[in-house]
Amino acid sequence: MAQPAFVPPSSSDFFFNPAFGSSFLATKPVMLVMFSVILIAAFFTVSARKAAVVPSRLQFAGEMVYGFVRNSIGKDVIGEEYQRFVPFLFAIFTFVLTNNLFGVVPFMQFPTMSHIGFPVSITIFVYLVYHYVAIKKKGLGRYLKEMCFMPGVPKAVYVILAPVEFLTYFAVRPLTLAMRLFGNMFAGHLLLLLFTLGGEYMLKSALFVKFFAILSFGMAIGLSFFEMGIQCLQAYIFTLLAALYIAGALADEH
Amino acid sequence: MKTYLFVKAATATADAPSPVVPKVGEIIVGLIAFSILFLLLKSKAVPMFEKAYAARTSAIEGGIEKAEAAQRAAESALHAYTAQLNEARTEAQEIREEARVQGAAIIEDLRGKAVEEATRISAAARASIEAERQQAIASLRHEVGALATELASKIVGEALDDHVRQSGIVDRFIADLEKSEK
Repeated sequence: MAQPAFVPPSSSDFFFNPAFGSSFLATKPVMLVMFSVILIAAFFTVSARKAAVVPSRLQFAGEMVYGFVRNSIGKDVIGEEYQRFVPFLFAIFTFVLTNNLFGVVPFMQFPTMSHIGFPVSITIFVYLVYHYVAIKKKGLGRYLKEMCFMPGVPKAVYVILAPVEFLTYFAVRPLTLAMRLFGNMFAGHLLLLLFTLGGEYMLKSALFVKFFAILSFGMAIGLSFFEMGIQCLQAYIFTLLAALYIAGALADEH
Repeated sequence: MKTYLFVKAATATADAPSPVVPKVGEIIVGLIAFSILFLLLKSKAVPMFEKAYAARTSAIEGGIEKAEAAQRAAESALHAYTAQLNEARTEAQEIREEARVQGAAIIEDLRGKAVEEATRISAAARASIEAERQQAIASLRHEVGALATELASKIVGEALDDHVRQSGIVDRFIADLEKSEK
């Protein structure tokens, strides 16, 4: 049985033709993102609709996610002024989480955040929000001064520290925020692809190789659960960092 | 991974776009999608969740407040009852005291009346005894006079009768007798 050589999955597997027409709006990631918005908005609108003192199961489920973002991320990290950032953090968390989890949902099986454009777009919001909050609270001058010249450091150190701090706030933070999410989702999906495609390839091969296909599929299943954990964790980390940046912008001194 | 709905764009690695270079179109889609989601959650979900939280908090606080109010009411009722009880006790004490005083006064009054009555009765008795005695004395005197006269006339003769009576000798004699008795 002559078979072509195994082609390992590559970044090309992340790019799709439009399902119909020719617009990129009809590609899988874009459609998944749009679907996620409808899904999240519908779920939380319906679950929150009654706002009952004694919650139904649905309301309880919605409240659990909301309460987690509100209290564990918003309240604990930002402190006093947390309430006005809760909707923002809530939207980030649910948006990232849902799109990440699409990576293991059957028939979707694609984490949208592995297309770097989406993490970048959320990062842009985070970037704008934390700079805006800081400038509004402290004024641009004081903000930059506190950022670059943190107190309690010998003067000579500022030569190195000031540019580093400046870069941290204006370049490193947004880059790492977007790249971390993108990288995790990209690598995770690639890993799943490798084991699934590998198993599929081995299944078509000679009989004794077929045996290893089982191992490969087993790995794919195990890694899917592992990925689920990472997807939740990355959504949490992304939201937590957004909250931390906002908290830093609100803090008087760091 | 085979997807029939979404056909892979490129099979060759060479012409695949770089995964770390974001597509402007996707960034824009992301921005719009996230904005819509944010606005929807902010207007529909968050206020309702907060409302539920607030309702729960106020329900708990309301319950506590209600309990506190009930406790306050119970305490004030207790105070009122205690006060009333004390008042009633004082009143009873007063009434008892008054009754005692009144009782004493009544007894005193009655005793006074009784004494007065006794005095009056004894006075009346004494007066009636005196009157009877006077009467007895008068009648006795009369009878003794008559008897003496009769006796004397039997002794001395008949004619003495009128004359003696007229002169009042007998009366004077008896009066002298009384005087010497005393």
